[in-house]
Amino acid sequence: MSAKTLYDKLWESHLVRTDEDGTALIYIDRHLVHEVTSPQAFEGLRLAGRKPWRTEANLATPDHNVPTTERSGGVSTIVDPVSRLQVETLDQNCRDFAITEFEMLDPRQGIVHVIGPEQGATLPGMTVVCGDSHTSTHGAMGALAFGIGTSEVEHVLATQCLIQKKSKSMQVRVDGQVAPGVTAKDIVLAIIGKIGTAGGTGYAIEFAGDAIETLSIEGRLTLCNMAIEAGARAGFVAVDQKTIDYVKGRPYAPQGDDWDKAIAYWQTLHTDPGAEFDKVVILDGAAIKPQVTWGTSPEMVVGVDQAVPDPADEADKVKADGMRRALEYMGLEAGTPIQDIAVDKVFIGSCTNSRIEDLRAAAEVAKGQQVASNVKLALIVPGSGLVKAQAEEEGLDKIFVEAGFEWREPGCSMCLAMNADRLESGERCASTSNRNFEGRQGQGGRTHLVSPAMAAAAAIHGHFVEI
Amino acid sequence: MEKFETFTGIVCPLDRSNVDTDAIIPKQFLKSIKRSGFGPNLFDEWRYLDHGEPGMDNSKRPLNPDFVLNDPRYQGAQVLLTRENFGCGSSREHAPWALDDYGFRIIIAPSYADIFFNNCFKNGILPVVLDEKIVDELFAQATLEQALSLTVDLQQQQLVVGDAEPIPFEVDPFRKHCLLNGLDDIGLTLQHVDLIKAYEARRADEAPWLFS
Ligand code: SF4
Repeated sequence: MSAKTLYDKLWESHLVRTDEDGTALIYIDRHLVHEVTSPQAFEGLRLAGRKPWRTEANLATPDHNVPTTERSGGVSTIVDPVSRLQVETLDQNCRDFAITEFEMLDPRQGIVHVIGPEQGATLPGMTVVCGDSHTSTHGAMGALAFGIGTSEVEHVLATQCLIQKKSKSMQVRVDGQVAPGVTAKDIVLAIIGKIGTAGGTGYAIEFAGDAIETLSIEGRLTLCNMAIEAGARAGFVAVDQKTIDYVKGRPYAPQGDDWDKAIAYWQTLHTDPGAEFDKVVILDGAAIKPQVTWGTSPEMVVGVDQAVPDPADEADKVKADGMRRALEYMGLEAGTPIQDIAVDKVFIGSCTNSRIEDLRAAAEVAKGQQVASNVKLALIVPGSGLVKAQAEEEGLDKIFVEAGFEWREPGCSMCLAMNADRLESGERCASTSNRNFEGRQGQGGRTHLVSPAMAAAAAIHGHFVEI
Repeated sequence: MEKFETFTGIVCPLDRSNVDTDAIIPKQFLKSIKRSGFGPNLFDEWRYLDHGEPGMDNSKRPLNPDFVLNDPRYQGAQVLLTRENFGCGSSREHAPWALDDYGFRIIIAPSYADIFFNNCFKNGILPVVLDEKIVDELFAQATLEQALSLTVDLQQQQLVVGDAEPIPFEVDPFRKHCLLNGLDDIGLTLQHVDLIKAYEARRADEAPWLFS
């Protein structure tokens, strides 16, 4: 048998049928559901008189619209009626169709991409989909995971399958080790800086190399989370002992005989020696610095020791124009050292960086320090109720609160400003989220993407600093 | 999707060309969490005298008596007769959702905007293209005192008005097959139920933890 990539293995093990033109019907093992992209899909099911094909394959939670401030009063505490209705509709749909949902006040509620791995609901070798582009996150488990649209959400609900064509395969290899203080977030920003936001378009990316192998599972989740920001629908990492150790004992993880069978299978989930990729990109880990985005696209990124680039140095005219527009929107001058950029707000959270290791890294920086006086708001939003509880058990909440951060309830929060957490026009934010598009964190808001430690350091110093 | 069967319905004549999707369903209604319920806001700006917003009680709003949908003759119409380039503008699937929710099953026009045309089939609506001249004739008949009633036979690909010679129309064979059998993408996938079940059985054997 010829050598296979991990992608080949994941793809082939889920084929239900293939048409002559390569269009395939693939089976979906896990469908994650949140309140924003599911209502019309459930509605469609109802109208067609259909039922979910396999209710147990679905797991739902509200995350985008939930308030992160005091909310013990439940859904009625959501002020915006449109937001409230979306959450209520999810609750109702899950009840009607007997789908497991971690409702807003459930201690297990959280960002859908945080709770999947946390519960062991997303496992190695699975196909995982969700009506959300950052579903690529779950690829960190050695799974094939990607985002889908509302009509596909309905399709998965009704058939447990999707109509897909196989992507091309790309390997992104980070050789050597990164320096201390350089995190998964910096690695993925450096990758996007290198290949561009369309660099992965049409590809499924396997991340590999020494630096990736060294990453914890949480680090790999951060890495795969942003595969979509490089244009790839899916990004993943081969299964190793860390993956297996991470999964063990989680609520949805296999047990007993199943566990032994599962690990035997999971250990095959890597690219065979000699297998070929359609494209290979190599980075030198040692050369990666902590990253800070300066523009309105994740590819507009430099090391913290660098300066805001000058469009005049860019030969490509279209690119140069894009840079100029970005600088204007961001209110920045070319040549400004990154460390001279002061911030108004700091956001530590989102499906990219809201897990316990992220909070620990931020707390380490914040410990015994004070948020700078020019920083109006520094928010810590844990990714799930369980992350929050764990952090409180470790006393991280106290460290943050004493340093002047706000300690919030779990949700998407200021990652996309669908709830009340947002930037005002012109405000500048150091954010651990994944998108720095115009208006993403609030109309006119200016986002700089960084790692949790970098965000915490920016909060303490009032501007970006090298850590 | 419901199977598209032969039916006889009243023809509502909308004598305008270039009707865009924002006219079919104005943008303020797209915030809805539903894909049904757009019917009362179909052609909202033409149909009511006031400005419509989501959440209003449409039954209490002042109707525009001059708009054809409000004409007593055309109540319950299932056939929409209109002019060229129907459905232009934004690609919102809410437009066919609204037409379908109102009760229209087929549209007759000399031409359509491309995306809208495709969206119709996905939502069980048959958009029929007829020659300008035939459309003119139908308009003449549909605006008489007595509303025009027309039989749509997709199987035979013809429209029948009374004893007159049936009017033939073209339709893509695959689309026709899907409409007649009530197949949408989901319907098509569900034609492979046996394969999906066989896959599940095989997989449950190899990887039982995925099904426990
Ligand atoms: S945290 Fe942000 S990127 Fe992640 S699911 Fe929520 S809104 Fe999307």
